[in-house]
Amino acid sequence: MSATAEPHVGRPLRRKEDPRLITGRARYVDDISLPGTLWAAFVRSPEAHASIVSIDTSAATARPGIHAVLTGEDMADLAGPLPMAWAPPGVEVNNPPHWPLARGSVKHVGDPVAVVLGEDRYAVVDAAEDVIVAYEPLPVAIDPEQAIAGAPYVHPELGTNQVHSWTLAGGDLEAGFAAADVTIQRRVINHRIAGAPIEPRGVLADYRAGALTLHTSTQVPHFVRLFVALLLGLSEEKVRVIAPEVGGGFGAKLQVYGEEIVACWASRALGRPVKWIETRSENMSVTHQGRDQIATVRMGATRDGQITAYHVKILADLGAYNMLLTPLIPSLGAFVMGGCYKIGAVTTEITGVFTNKCPTDAIRGAGRPEATHMIEVMMDQMARELGIDRLDLRRRNFIPKEDFPAAVATGVIYDSGDYVASLDKLLEHVDVDAFRAEQAQLREQGIYRGIGFSTYTEICGLAPSRITGPAGVGVGAGLWESAMVRVHNTGAVTVYTGTSPHGQGLETAFAQIVADRLGVDPSVVEVIHGDTGTGPEGRGTYGSRSLANGGEAVAKATDKVVAKAAKIVAAELEAAPEDIEVSGGKFSVKGSPEKGMTLAEVAGIAYIGAVPEGMEPGLEETTFNDPENFVFPFGAHACIVDVDTATGKVNVVRYVAVDDCGNPVNPLLIAGQVHGGIAYGIGQALYEHVVYDDDGQLVTGSFVNYALPTAAELPNFELDHTITPSPSNSMGVKGVGEAGTIAATPAVTNAVIDALAPLGVDYINMPLTPMRVWRTIQEAQAR
Amino acid sequence: MSGSVTVHLTVNGVEHELEVEPRRLLVHALRDDLGLTGTHVGCDTSNCGACTVHLNGDAVKSCTILAVQAEGSAVTTIEGLGGEGNLHPLQEAFWNDHGLQCGYCTPGMIMASAALLAENAHPSEAEVRHALDGNLCRCTGYHNIVKAVLSAAEAGAGAPVAS
Repeated sequence: MSATAEPHVGRPLRRKEDPRLITGRARYVDDISLPGTLWAAFVRSPEAHASIVSIDTSAATARPGIHAVLTGEDMADLAGPLPMAWAPPGVEVNNPPHWPLARGSVKHVGDPVAVVLGEDRYAVVDAAEDVIVAYEPLPVAIDPEQAIAGAPYVHPELGTNQVHSWTLAGGDLEAGFAAADVTIQRRVINHRIAGAPIEPRGVLADYRAGALTLHTSTQVPHFVRLFVALLLGLSEEKVRVIAPEVGGGFGAKLQVYGEEIVACWASRALGRPVKWIETRSENMSVTHQGRDQIATVRMGATRDGQITAYHVKILADLGAYNMLLTPLIPSLGAFVMGGCYKIGAVTTEITGVFTNKCPTDAIRGAGRPEATHMIEVMMDQMARELGIDRLDLRRRNFIPKEDFPAAVATGVIYDSGDYVASLDKLLEHVDVDAFRAEQAQLREQGIYRGIGFSTYTEICGLAPSRITGPAGVGVGAGLWESAMVRVHNTGAVTVYTGTSPHGQGLETAFAQIVADRLGVDPSVVEVIHGDTGTGPEGRGTYGSRSLANGGEAVAKATDKVVAKAAKIVAAELEAAPEDIEVSGGKFSVKGSPEKGMTLAEVAGIAYIGAVPEGMEPGLEETTFNDPENFVFPFGAHACIVDVDTATGKVNVVRYVAVDDCGNPVNPLLIAGQVHGGIAYGIGQALYEHVVYDDDGQLVTGSFVNYALPTAAELPNFELDHTITPSPSNSMGVKGVGEAGTIAATPAVTNAVIDALAPLGVDYINMPLTPMRVWRTIQEAQAR
Repeated sequence: MSGSVTVHLTVNGVEHELEVEPRRLLVHALRDDLGLTGTHVGCDTSNCGACTVHLNGDAVKSCTILAVQAEGSAVTTIEGLGGEGNLHPLQEAFWNDHGLQCGYCTPGMIMASAALLAENAHPSEAEVRHALDGNLCRCTGYHNIVKAVLSAAEAGAGAPVAS
């Protein structure tokens, strides 16, 4: 075991995860086989809304190798429907039952009606086609604005399509608008997108001798365990949920899905393991989607560019059912609705509406990309209205550095920020004057080039239970995080984290944190995650929480180990524990590094039991971390685009991002998260759009017609950073998994508007597809 | 189903005789029959490329080929490209340059890149981006994938892949 004096934290270590992934030796759900496994295939509704008249399973059941065909009726003993875990105090949320297999009616295309279980992966698909379901089609609600106005109803028993109405208001809005010289209003659309991890979902359930093991491609194994246990009437400790290698999540796997419940139920009923692997078509129609908000946004400002009031009314299309956090998601944006600006009055009013579409829920950024898109597009619109440079307008309204921690109108306290510094850093890379000259020159050649900016902050590190929990925002569980650190006899270390990474590289980042504190090399620190049967209770990976919350838990648990080790070493070296330090790979007395002990030597004493009197043997500690505040990463992005005015096609020429996520643990991982986040945002802005037709048929049912960006559409990204440590945790870190996505869509949109300004285009809504852009140009020209 | 047929495949240098349904996809023969689970399935429509393998040296999407169509062929999968202690320069480059996150698209991405470099040992950035436009990644934004392919090319990865 070697250890360098140089800390591992802050270095771009290549990932511990990668050897298994680059050689094809990783194990995703579909790579795991159990003897005697039955395959499952679902029979799904082709109708957007219908009553189920009858289900004839006889032909399917009669096929060779088919063991059972189950319907909602067969699963009548479920303890309840699928969960929705948000109960905001004082707000009524309509929450009709959502069953794993439909009971009596279907509410969107893809709604599961039956499941076929059999010996062979292909044969169950054949048999599913032999299940005859008679539907009585019902009128559909597709357009959210029509749906909120009245019938037809998605859930007729409610007599309304409204899910809920929720408001967050801070400051005197009326006075704010009264103080404004100029008020502008825009209709801002954040359209529906798919999470689209490249690994679709998959489950493998194995019920044996009273205990259930579920392998599932999830971001939240502990939540899944809780609800599997509740719905199946099992005691929670009898259920073990394992998230093996998970091929991307992006929020789409922050869910408790019906297929998980059905597979577990069927495994118990049939006494065999049950496996289901989602097809891409299923993924596009039933794995929860995101965004889908229509907002009326009003902003007031004084003539000299002080924003005085900001009012956002959102109609959120939530689809056919509430899933785990469906109606909560738009609210997450409300807390940062004012962006990085000092605005005295900010009000967000959200109305959720049911439609006959796939439910929405958390997708990368979850509410915050929508909020950031609105404020950043509106800042450009206001700048144009006032005739003030759009970066100047931003600077005039930035929350100043000296205000932090800054209490904002939306009721939260921004932990730290230096927005001027990140914008200044961005402008070191982007010479706006030179760009304007180039732009003018290109226009003479008929090339329409534009530049767009986005200065953002976001709220993440989802934690403080007192704010997010039942008494606060109303999530049904505290969002703390756990860690257990075990030092082995050998001096190697195993870390158990309650987070559940799926590509973020936490095995590496957490090992770096532990290695420095214990004086070992990261190569001897193994990080175990995603298994409810091993470490302590945990909360999973989402909301850019894993480092700020889970990593902090790892740091605290490690510090407890260090404290105990120091006592052991102090007794051995006849020194005071407070004089023991970790340096050069050894625990030693300050000033006498030659007499130190390695971690392995300390562990030897701890496990032999020759510990100081009154001390328990062993060297293992657990922490449950519940931070006092969120973290608020921020930054400044610039996007340069060319627009082909003949076709409407937008090409991203250059993308520059300056992000601040506090103290960096691993710069390589941070860059990777930012790259992927930006691509996700560009994807939404330019290409991706989940489309339903007027009958509720899904038009974008596969990757043939849902356009994910490829390598050929994207540029290299130019990154830089500032470092403003967070006071919310001891390491000064912030999350970075969603920042790029949150920042990117307005940068792209503002760039397109800038490019087309000479043609009279002053506003456009996403997605900026060639057709949309071309039409906008034509309309502007016709004015 | 309608009986089975015999298929002869040489996979990663090892000869196999398989009894498969005529409709069995090559990817399922590799994954479920031969246990080579490094090749992944990400879509039903041959858009994502997670299932990319080499068939007689060419990159193909193994979810869009029947096993019987590969009769008598030599197939190379990610497992045959290189293993721990014996990494192919592309595998090494993806590791060094952080060219992967969740890893699901990675085997297909590496196999597609290997086929590119076998044809064009020193591609430009634009050529790499164009060549990989049949392989989708949702995590990396492609930035580090492109970087990895270019650095592997620099390191001489363009030598033909043994199969």
